[in-house]
Amino acid sequence: MSVAGELLLSGRELLQKWGRFTLFTARLLAVSPRALGRFRLVVAQVYNAGALSLVIIMLSGLFVGMVLGLQGYDLLRRFGSTEALGTAAALGLLRELGPVVTALLFAGRAGTALASEIGLMSATDQLSAMEMMAVDPVRRVCAPRFIGGVIAMPLLAAIFSTIGIFGAQLVGVTLMGVDSGQFWSQMRGSVELADVVEGIIKSIAFGFACSAIAVYEGYHAVPTAEGVGRATTRTVVTSSVAVLALDYTLTAMLL
Amino acid sequence: MSNRHATIELSTGLFVLLGFAALLFMVTQITARGLVLHENTYRLVARFDNVGSLKIGAPVSMGGVSVGRVEAIDYDSKAYKAVARLAIQARFDRIPNDSDVAIFTAGLLGGQYVGITPGGAETFFKDGDQVDLTQSAVVLENLISKFLFDKAGQEAKKPEGAAK
Repeated sequence: MSVAGELLLSGRELLQKWGRFTLFTARLLAVSPRALGRFRLVVAQVYNAGALSLVIIMLSGLFVGMVLGLQGYDLLRRFGSTEALGTAAALGLLRELGPVVTALLFAGRAGTALASEIGLMSATDQLSAMEMMAVDPVRRVCAPRFIGGVIAMPLLAAIFSTIGIFGAQLVGVTLMGVDSGQFWSQMRGSVELADVVEGIIKSIAFGFACSAIAVYEGYHAVPTAEGVGRATTRTVVTSSVAVLALDYTLTAMLL
Repeated sequence: MSNRHATIELSTGLFVLLGFAALLFMVTQITARGLVLHENTYRLVARFDNVGSLKIGAPVSMGGVSVGRVEAIDYDSKAYKAVARLAIQARFDRIPNDSDVAIFTAGLLGGQYVGITPGGAETFFKDGDQVDLTQSAVVLENLISKFLFDKAGQEAKKPEGAAK
């Protein structure tokens, strides 16, 4: 009885949290157009979320591409069709690895920064001070960060995929000796615009999810040192799970 | 303060530029579209019994050189034929109108493409022309079953011949 009661209670809490998140996202979206008007704030957030993540994204993209080149080469060699390496690497990066790995890194690099920044603002009463001055903190603090993340994420994913393909080329062509012409021409022959679009749609969706979760967790953090720490952790966990679940759903829809 | 702001704006600009460059690279260099945004082409319509696994965007080649792409594939339910619309680059405007159009397979794992073998006519294809001489894709299963049935037929005959 008590177990059932507890289950019911935690189920209710989960539902409540879902509802709070949905309402918060709706509010975020409602104020976003007006927040876009304050262009400088958004630019600063694109810088925070995007430009500052550039190095880690580029480095990871290079290594993921290189691993893909190596694994793909070994796999395709067994079928005697190593010239398809370009296709395999490009499709893998554009459709899956680019958006997903970028989103996971984004959640870790930019999402945590967002959550802890907003959480700390609320812990030091900065958000309440804004409310006292009749400034809506969701509009002034949360929305620019959210928009910045949504803008930065597809660009980061595109950079990741592009660098990854060059990484695959580096390993496949330079190290393993796949013919460079075949690598590129097979890739061009079989990758369609729809594949690129799939990746872009995914990265926008992930950017949306990661940014919304990070801003939500930061805004609703318990205003103590421990609370902010927990909110940061939750941001990474929730974002990662959301990205992977969303990835499957989107793949099933777009394929 | 304003100096720092300039730095932020500069690196944000750089980031956005890089991002769009990567997007452009993905769209133009990795896909089959190429850099050509508006290609000057004319269209031919070819009807096949079977297009196999021919895909939109597959190359159309003459003598191994790509001269165009498959623009659309449809099924004509009145004539019971598959209809492929080919976009040929305008500079290849001297294709005899009795040319033979066939679907080939590039390599074992490669995709299918449309090959044009030039005929001998003095008149050339124009925009919207229909190709009369077409050759369908070879479906591997049909080929194998044909081969097997032939073989079986021969085997069946053999003992009869041996008995005589």
